[in-house]
Amino acid sequence: MKAPVSWIRELVDLPESVTTEVLTDRLTALGLKLEGIHAAGAGIEGPLVIGRVLTQDKEPQKNGKVINWCTVDVGDANGSGEPQGIVCGAHNFGPGDKVVVILPGGVLPGDFRISERKTYGHLSAGMICSAAELGLPDDGADGIIVVPADGPEPGTDAREFLGFGDEVIEFEINPDRAYALSLRGVAREAALGFDVAFTDPAVRELPEVDGKAWQVDVEDPAGCPVFAARLVSGFDPTRPTPEFIQRRVEQAGMRSISLAVDVTNYVMLELGQPIHGYDADKVAGGLGVRRARSGERLTTLDDAVRELSTEDLVITDDSGPIGLAGVMGGATTEMSDTTTRILVEAAHWDATSMFRTGKRHKLTSEAGKRNERGVDPLLPGVAVDRVVELLVAHGGATAEPGFTLVGTAPERPTITIAPDLPARLSGIDISAMTTVEHLRAIGAVVTEHESGALEVVPPSWRPDINDPYDLVEEVVRIVGYDQVPSVLPRRATGRGLSRTQRLRRRIGRTLAGAGCVEVVSFPFVGPATFDKLGLAADDPLRTTVGLANPLSSEEPSYTTTLLPGLLNAAARNVGRGAPGVALFETGTVAFPSDNGPAPIYGVHTRPSEAELEKLFEALPVQPLHLAVVLAGERTRSGWWGAGAEAGWSDALSVVRRLADELGVEIEVTSAARMPWHPGRCAVISVDEVVIGHAGELHPTVCKAFGLPVRSAAVELDLDALMAAAVDVTPGPVFSTMPLAKEDVALVVDDAVTVAAVEDALRDGAGELLESVRLFDVYTGEQIGEGRKSLAFALRFRAADRTLTEAETGAARDAAVAAAAERTGAVQR
Amino acid sequence: MSGPNTDYDPVEVAAVSPAEVEAARDAALAAIAAAADLEQLKAVRTEHAGDRSPLALANREIGALPPQARKEAGQRVGQARGAVNQALAARQVELEADNEARILVEEAVDVTLPTDRDPVGARHPLTTGAELIADIFVAMGWEVAEGPVIEAEWLNFDALNLGPDHPARTMQDTFWTDPGEDHLVLRTHTSPVQARTMLTRGVSEGAPIYVVCPGRVFRTDEYDATHSPMFHQVEGLAIDEGISMAHLKGTLDHFASQMFGEGITTRFRPSYFPFTEPSAEVDLICFVCRGVGHDDKGVCRTCRGEGWIEWGGCGIVNPRVLQACGVDSTRYSGFAFGMGIDRTLMFRHGLEDLRTLFEGDVRFTTAFGSEL
Repeated sequence: MKAPVSWIRELVDLPESVTTEVLTDRLTALGLKLEGIHAAGAGIEGPLVIGRVLTQDKEPQKNGKVINWCTVDVGDANGSGEPQGIVCGAHNFGPGDKVVVILPGGVLPGDFRISERKTYGHLSAGMICSAAELGLPDDGADGIIVVPADGPEPGTDAREFLGFGDEVIEFEINPDRAYALSLRGVAREAALGFDVAFTDPAVRELPEVDGKAWQVDVEDPAGCPVFAARLVSGFDPTRPTPEFIQRRVEQAGMRSISLAVDVTNYVMLELGQPIHGYDADKVAGGLGVRRARSGERLTTLDDAVRELSTEDLVITDDSGPIGLAGVMGGATTEMSDTTTRILVEAAHWDATSMFRTGKRHKLTSEAGKRNERGVDPLLPGVAVDRVVELLVAHGGATAEPGFTLVGTAPERPTITIAPDLPARLSGIDISAMTTVEHLRAIGAVVTEHESGALEVVPPSWRPDINDPYDLVEEVVRIVGYDQVPSVLPRRATGRGLSRTQRLRRRIGRTLAGAGCVEVVSFPFVGPATFDKLGLAADDPLRTTVGLANPLSSEEPSYTTTLLPGLLNAAARNVGRGAPGVALFETGTVAFPSDNGPAPIYGVHTRPSEAELEKLFEALPVQPLHLAVVLAGERTRSGWWGAGAEAGWSDALSVVRRLADELGVEIEVTSAARMPWHPGRCAVISVDEVVIGHAGELHPTVCKAFGLPVRSAAVELDLDALMAAAVDVTPGPVFSTMPLAKEDVALVVDDAVTVAAVEDALRDGAGELLESVRLFDVYTGEQIGEGRKSLAFALRFRAADRTLTEAETGAARDAAVAAAAERTGAVQR
Repeated sequence: MSGPNTDYDPVEVAAVSPAEVEAARDAALAAIAAAADLEQLKAVRTEHAGDRSPLALANREIGALPPQARKEAGQRVGQARGAVNQALAARQVELEADNEARILVEEAVDVTLPTDRDPVGARHPLTTGAELIADIFVAMGWEVAEGPVIEAEWLNFDALNLGPDHPARTMQDTFWTDPGEDHLVLRTHTSPVQARTMLTRGVSEGAPIYVVCPGRVFRTDEYDATHSPMFHQVEGLAIDEGISMAHLKGTLDHFASQMFGEGITTRFRPSYFPFTEPSAEVDLICFVCRGVGHDDKGVCRTCRGEGWIEWGGCGIVNPRVLQACGVDSTRYSGFAFGMGIDRTLMFRHGLEDLRTLFEGDVRFTTAFGSEL
């Protein structure tokens, strides 16, 4: 909402000491947020005057352009009184028109200095200005400013006419303050803020209803509780818009179109009530108000043909719908430059219906914006009468005697409020008297009940006020939000972070300690993403929760894996020159549940437990995942030698480090699964339940994402991992007796896994075994094709004594025997 | 046989003569002093203190002396040998120390060589920022509540007094899942967590609610330097007997000073949110210029000369929300607040472009380390 300060001052008796800054500060404190102050004319210096074009010679140029060589009467402003010769490239004006001229010596915004200069074979002394050149908002006219004929005389300083010096305040109006989408509302707030007199422009003596202005039949009084109309005739469509109306309409950011249209907009800005004018000669028969019928169409003023919904409120005549009620008029009855009889209409519309119609037709208009937020229902008659007054005064029209006024404004609710509620909810010491005073100041009717309770009827222009808390906000904002004291609530007795919250922090720190950098990426994916991961057509990861309105049609789903975002981030780092990158991300992924749809319950009572259960179950399954990507150098190269390239084992190392940190025993087996290398992918399980995968990425996946081959990745279900985390670590028991070492080298077939040999050794060695660790793998001619030699370090220790060589030897032999039996191992 | 020892060997007697012993001792001491390293000292030891050294030989002669001469000669030789051994031991210590010192000098390295063998990890500032905020509230006895990102429409909107015709429910703002009839959204704020907390935990005598809800939220904003379709919020909810705006102000002032420094407070401006009434915008006094709007270098870049920074929204929980969530609004009142974590980090750390948070460039993240 843009409100010229001069207009505000016309309606409210503000002292001189109230500067624009003081005013905006106070209004912001009351809830009208300042968006900006526009001071027209900033950056303009020197002689800026009104001129009248005397002659205009069109001179075609070699470059194809046509320039106008003009002589312009600028009165005495040029010192000589002689016409001023000016070259102008615009064509939207002609001889006799009044224009705005900047003379040599003047400066336009952007430090554009004007001087006499030779151009197109003439000495051009000044410039005829457009709105853009003056730094004014685009008026849409696409050319120089043509001053209305009744504007100031040539030679007059143009600043006043242009509204310079009149600051325009732009407010951001919250949805609950729709009344402030008018000068009436803004001025009322200003009066409230400075406790000064306010002239309500809506207070006017209406003529007696003397018969109908027009036949009107409101079929849907719920959608249209109030409908007002008057007729004027003898309107002179050639009359220009008075300068003050044009200026104010433009200051408010609207285009000046014609007198009749400008007047309706002017009154809308003044009162907040949208008004529509029909060319009465084009209206066929009586008006009706109803919901549109199935299949009906309407061409609106913006020339769009709209298929109407049976929920749309329309205004009809005998031909059918002629306007989308409250949102936009129709083309067939539009006022034109030949219109002489104008049917002026204003109505109160159901706000919800207005909102839905606007949304349905993707149509925003100044009228719709106000109607959907809620307009004062007492205004339609007032607004119509005010428009008629202006059309008569400035358009030479005659008001026809009839006045159609159908319906009555809906009753406002009576709200009962305890007088101390504002004090209790704000923490400010607000007396009952202050409460009553402030509620009256906003226009409410307050009755003090015997019990002490207040019965409050909010003013007609405040449809947002419906319950006691709404009244509290009104009282507190007038008292001032800055009066709210700062008091800490009583100390709560919380239980600290939950177990999973603590575990998540621990996991993050462990990964950072392992040299991994955390990434936060968007969870949007599409079929192409899964193709890049090489997932089969029936891969369960392709079953996603889709989005109805994705930002990109390429990525229409919520992701089922964190890898794509991470792989892209890794590639970005590699592309930016990182020799190696280790990244991790934790985040939720989503899998559809088939328990939908989610119910919509009422809001007047809490849903039952069963209803809540149903609601929660309808949501997609959203486990917390962890993914890690390792690409390029895992350790850096340097003077110490070459760094190690990341590979499958680094991925498993990260998993094991995490499992150790959480005290989880994981099992590692192998599997072929995209996007991993089919022979280098580990399945990670806990208690025989798969919780994720780790290993080297498939070469085609590395290539698809632009990563070095052998890049490795991990993805784990973190919820599952955390669920397995040890809760209270049992105190470890260990022996301080001497250690006995035995190393064994076992030759097995390639297909035998280290884990299998290790398990056999462990089982065979018995309870004296403290640890077993593979320390070398050898393949080569000595061993034979298809065979490998595994060297294990066995460590033995007893709890209570030093082991003898015989005991250690026996345990070692038993371990080797078990390995031989279970894996075919042969000791070297 | 008796009588004088006519066999007496004058040479051997000479070996234990004071002059000879003294000469042998002096020769030994000189050689020890002259030994330049442990190797030489070892040779000196053999020559002057070994079995065949003059003093060892002299010692052997003592037994052959007449008894009356033995004592004196024994003393003389013994003292000489003692002096030599002492000198040897002292020189040994000296030379060992020299040797060690020389080795240490030889082993010196250039300690300015780089040592960045292992990659440096870091946690994301959005994570550690959320933790920092959570910790401030946990220290006040609050708890951290969380909820799903894909949320039921009823919890994201209806329960929070955003009715079916609220503008925020249009496709312009909210990501809906497909099909829309499933009534699921990517939550547009973390407020549904507040509703969940009230619904599942309830409020009762002695069991008020004090929770903060940090989390990821979504809006259909185009991605640019100041907008992102995904961002992070932290909201707070307190439901207790006698809660007022003063408690809200007290809590936010405390939060602000913990987050931005002692003396940094907040101010309220009237605003509108469906889930609160009265509602307010929260501004933070600029922690750089401390509300002045400028510093020595001109207009404050952090607050753009305003002296205040827009931080978030807040208010008294609308009784309609309490009603939908099963809280007795005649007995309990509450306050709620919410702010963007991303935005808070942007001005706290002077980040120019929101997108740096989501690009995953390790140079960005590692700058913040593991804690904020």
